[in-house]
Parts: sequence; C-alpha cells; structure tokens
Amino acid sequence: MNTIAYFKERFDQLQPNDDHGGLDKLREQAFQAFSNMGIPGSKHEEWKYTRVAGLFNKEFQLPADPLTGSISTEDLNKLRLPGHELASEIVFVNGFYSFSLSRIRSTGIQVLALEEAANNGYREFVAQWLGDSSHYQKDGINALNTAFVHGAVFINVDKGARIEHPLYIYHITDARSVNILSQPRSLMSVNEGAQLQVVENYTTLGSNESFTNQVMEIIVENEARLEYYKIQNDGTNTNQVSTTHIRQIGKSFTHTVTISLNGGLVRNNLNVVLDAKNCEAHLYGLYFQTGQSHLDNHTIVDNMKPNCLSNELYKGILNGHSTGVFNGKIFVRQPAQKTNAYQSNKNILLSDSCSVNTKPQLEIFADDVKCTHGCTVGRLNEEGLFYLQSRGISEKTARNLLLSAYSSDILEQVKPFALRGYIEKLISQRLEKDLS
Amino acid sequence: MLTIQNLHAGIEGKKILNGINLDIKAGEVHAIMGPNGSGKSTLASVLAGRSDYEVLEGSVEFLGRDLLDLSPEQRAAEGLFLAFQYPVEIPGLNTVNFIKTAVNEVRKYRGEAPMDAVAFLKRMKEKMALVNIEQSLLSRSLNEGFSGGEKKRNEIFQMAMLEPRLAILDETDSGLDIDAIRIVSNGVNKLRNKDNAVLVVTHYQRLLDYIVPDFVHVLYNGRIVKSGTKELAHELEERGYDFIKNENSVEAV
Repeated sequence: MNTIAYFKERFDQLQPNDDHGGLDKLREQAFQAFSNMGIPGSKHEEWKYTRVAGLFNKEFQLPADPLTGSISTEDLNKLRLPGHELASEIVFVNGFYSFSLSRIRSTGIQVLALEEAANNGYREFVAQWLGDSSHYQKDGINALNTAFVHGAVFINVDKGARIEHPLYIYHITDARSVNILSQPRSLMSVNEGAQLQVVENYTTLGSNESFTNQVMEIIVENEARLEYYKIQNDGTNTNQVSTTHIRQIGKSFTHTVTISLNGGLVRNNLNVVLDAKNCEAHLYGLYFQTGQSHLDNHTIVDNMKPNCLSNELYKGILNGHSTGVFNGKIFVRQPAQKTNAYQSNKNILLSDSCSVNTKPQLEIFADDVKCTHGCTVGRLNEEGLFYLQSRGISEKTARNLLLSAYSSDILEQVKPFALRGYIEKLISQRLEKDLS
Repeated sequence: MLTIQNLHAGIEGKKILNGINLDIKAGEVHAIMGPNGSGKSTLASVLAGRSDYEVLEGSVEFLGRDLLDLSPEQRAAEGLFLAFQYPVEIPGLNTVNFIKTAVNEVRKYRGEAPMDAVAFLKRMKEKMALVNIEQSLLSRSLNEGFSGGEKKRNEIFQMAMLEPRLAILDETDSGLDIDAIRIVSNGVNKLRNKDNAVLVVTHYQRLLDYIVPDFVHVLYNGRIVKSGTKELAHELEERGYDFIKNENSVEAV
C-alpha cells in the first residue's frame, strides 16, 4: 500500500544534500503539506465523485531514477503523433525528462532540467511560479507531485518567437514489469509576443497499472498566444491526475482542448488564471467514455482583472458503465469588472448504466459582469435518429453520424491539421467499436 | 404498390387510426386530407416506421413486402420516402455527406457498389437544378438555420437523390408562402413518372392546386370517411371540414 509512511521513506532516500536552486526547500514544504493533508477522500469537496484514495491502496512503485534505458527509439516511434517530423518533442519516461529521447527542433524554445534552470538565470522565475497551482489544488495529490520534483523540465519560449510547429510532450509510463506511479512536472514560460502550440499525450507500456500524477504550470505573458492540447487515450489499466495550470500575466490569448477517449480513472484539473486586463481564454473539452472508465474534468477560470473574456465548452459521450464528472468554477474577483465568462457542459448518455455529475459553480464578486452557464444531460436525439434512418441509413451508421456531428464543434477547435485528423480517426474507430 | 388494410395504430396507449383502407398504384397521386387531430400525420409516421407508434391491427403491403415488418431504413431502401413536416436540424452534420451516406447505404442494401465521387456529383448537380436548391445551402450543416422553405426544398432534394417509388409528403406546405409552395411542388411534379406514386398529406387544399391528385381521401377520427377525385378537395375548401364532421355524427346516431 502507498501510505504516507511509504512516501516518507522514499522522500528521505531521494533528498540530495545540496540546494538545487531552492527546490529542496519547496519539496520539503510540499512533503509537509502532503503529510498534513494526506490523500483526499470522498469527503473532500473537490474529490467527492472521484475516489482517488482507492488507487493508493494498491502497490505502485515510485521510480527513483529515469529509466530511460528501458524505452527504446522503437518504443517511442510507435507512439509518436502525426506531424512529429517537424515538431519539437519532449519525452518523459516514468515522470522523468529524457534528454536522449527528446528533440527540440525549433529555435526559440529552450528546454532545461528544472534544477538547472533554477540555478542558471531562471531562479527568480522558478521561485515565483513553481507551485502556483497549489493555490487552486489544495490537496495532498498536488503536494505529492511537488514533494517529488525530480527530472522535471523548464521550458522557455523566447520573447517574440512564433513557433511554427507544435511542441509534443509524450508521457510514457513503462509498466511492463511492475505498477508504476510517475509524477511528471514541468514549468513553462511563454514570453512576451511568443506563440506556441503544445500537445500532451500519455502512453503506458505493459499490462501493469500506471498512475500518473502530473502537474504543468504555464505562465503566459503580454501579447503571447498559447494553444494547448491534451490527448488522453491510454489503456484501461492507467490512471491519471493531470493538472494544467495557466496564468496569463499580460494581455494574452489561450486556447485549450482536452480530449479524453480512454483510460481507467482520469482526473483533469485545468486552471486558467486571468491575471491581466483584456485576456482571452477558450477552454474546450471532448470526452468519450465507456466500460468502467471514470473521467473527471475540474476547471477553474479565475477572473482577477477587468475586461477579460473566457469561453468554455465541454461535451461528453458516455457509454457502458462509465462515470463522468464536470465541475466548472468561474471566479470573478471584485476588480474584474466587465468580465465576460461563458460556460457550457453537454452530455449524451448512451447506456442505462453510465452516469455523469455536472456542476457549474460561479462565484462573482464584481457587479458589472456578463456570465452564463448551463449544462445538459440527455440521450441521443431520437428524432434525428429517425430522420437519418428514414433516408435509408442504418441505425448504427445514423448513431455514428449523430455522435460525430455532436463532437464536431470541439474537434474544429483542434487547430494543428495533422493532429485533428489523428483525433478524428481515433473517434471514428471508437464509434465503430462502441456502436457495434 | 401500397395496400393498407384495416390499419389500427396509436401512440402511448392512445388509439388514433381506426381501420384505414387505402390502395395506391404506380403513377398515381393520392391526397389525404382531414381536420387537425384526424390522424394524418400518424398515418405518415406509421408508414415510415417511427418507433413510438404502435400498430395494433391490420396490414400494409408495399411492393409485395410486408412493410410493417421492416425497419425505417429498410423501408427507405425499398423505395419509401417521407418528406417531414418538421425536418430535423443536425448541427455538425454536413448536408452533402449526409445525402451521400444515404444514397450509398441504400445502394448497399440493394447490393450495388457505392457511387463514386464523380457520379455522385453529377447526379447532385442534376437534381439541384430540378428542385432549385443552391450549393451554398448543401455545404451547411443539415437543416441548421434553414428557413422553412429551404428545409422543405431540402426534403424534396433528398427525395430527388433517393428516387423513391412512393413519396409521402407530410404537410409539406405548412409554414410556406405561395412562392415556396410553387417551387417545392414543381420539384415534386418533375419527379413524377409512371413508376412512382405520391401520397400528399395536407390540411389545406392549396397544395393540391400545384400537385394535382388523382384521388382525394378525407380522414376523420382515424378512418377514411370519404374518397373522391380532386373535386372533393375543392368542396372541402368551400364548405370546410364541418360538413364531414356533421355527416359522420349523423351516421353515428
């Protein structure tokens, strides 16, 4: 069992003696916080529907070192995303950044070991922003990642750099011999005027269980533009708590799309903090769950400054015995006048045994704001189904067409062309399989 | 082509059709008229195979097959077409892709190879001219944001593409102005030939000025209470449905 005592033992083993750019102190504090808060149970308000505690009752190995030697180039080639020939690629293996497998092909992007960055020129930045997500994720899971910040990366996108090809981040868990708990961590700085597309993808090798507890923190500066895509299509023996924390500290534009197609237990935390005037943020999500899978999207849009716009649309299809959670928080702080914030969550339930809990949560402290939210849970449009069938289209094809149509407005938000084609193919394969 | 015998049907335990008898032959145009609630749309729905309607008694034979035994898509593939009173809007489903899928699924059912892109495009252009529909409309999501007239024209366009043996037009004139009715009717008339038939379901006589029926049937309380030629439609237009109701209440006494 992965008890606090187990982690304490591992923590003590892993602690190096030197300062490592101030990271040691942060890790120490985080471990303390983890010990105090522990693993969130179902009484924790943010974890009511996602029973992560059960995962800690299993045996997971927390690897001490990068096991990059065990991942070959052939392993990697099999899971590379289309368009990788031109893309920059960062590879994490069991939570550790792999220098040998990663390739940065664009000038304007620097990738450093986090400790190296903290020691060389980025000390202040790291001190200021590493752990920023803990202000929103007040639970032991987030602290556990920070307590074990090793093999993490710092990604810098130069001022004014318009990166033409996307940055792909692969998280590979090698569970071929034992159950693995991996804790990837990254910190990214998108400097003034920079433009970048980031794609994160998750793959577990082997049939043992994996548990990925990931945190990525991104700081977006003035006039910068970030597109961020998360693709979750891993095996049923994989589990994830995946936190993406974005803070927009200058007038900037962000666009995130979270595509969750497969997995065991998956919890996504997406925070977008609008910490400057005139920011714009778009948050999209598409999930298609089946079998016993559980997917939880927790999103936070925190409007701190005036004149910001956020638009959020999450759509889901659930089948089998799967369960879904959507929890969308919007904060509008007192100074954030003239905020426009929109949120919508739509769900289609295909079976009688699947379910979804959807909860919009608005906390508004400013008076001159425009906020809307809404959620729907329903069946596939029967009238639409009959309409298509009455034109000679078989019931299966008709369902397929209707669900593809339903997904299409989110898929349109996937801007890199090769990536969209790839996801469309994954979805059509899923529909083919699920509807037969 | 279509033989309905003693058809009784209802929805959610409520009986609506009380013994319909109707015979339609190739090359004919039949009109079913009747006041609101008489069962006109129920008849159209039952024939097309809408699943929430329950057939309680009777039989329907279509081109020698037991129609009631077939799924909606099989009925379509066998040559039955229903032009919806309220065509469904499906955001995200491209109209052309939808029609192409329909055409090829029907071909598959008939054991024919799928139509290649060139042949499909050629047929589409041909039929577009026939029903006066623009490419821009077909490039959009199916019926999404279409005007009433555009939706009905799209129905007739689908009919043209699928070339059914029997087309049922369910209140196709509802919500249309005279110009739109003329365009839609022209489309239907151009598609008529000696091998196919049309069943027009309508409340008003005005559509029948454009699609001229060979036979008119009046539906009341779920039964055909009067049949005649197109003059019957004019009589109804002049006298209203009340005389039908009165005649039938007298009969009941």
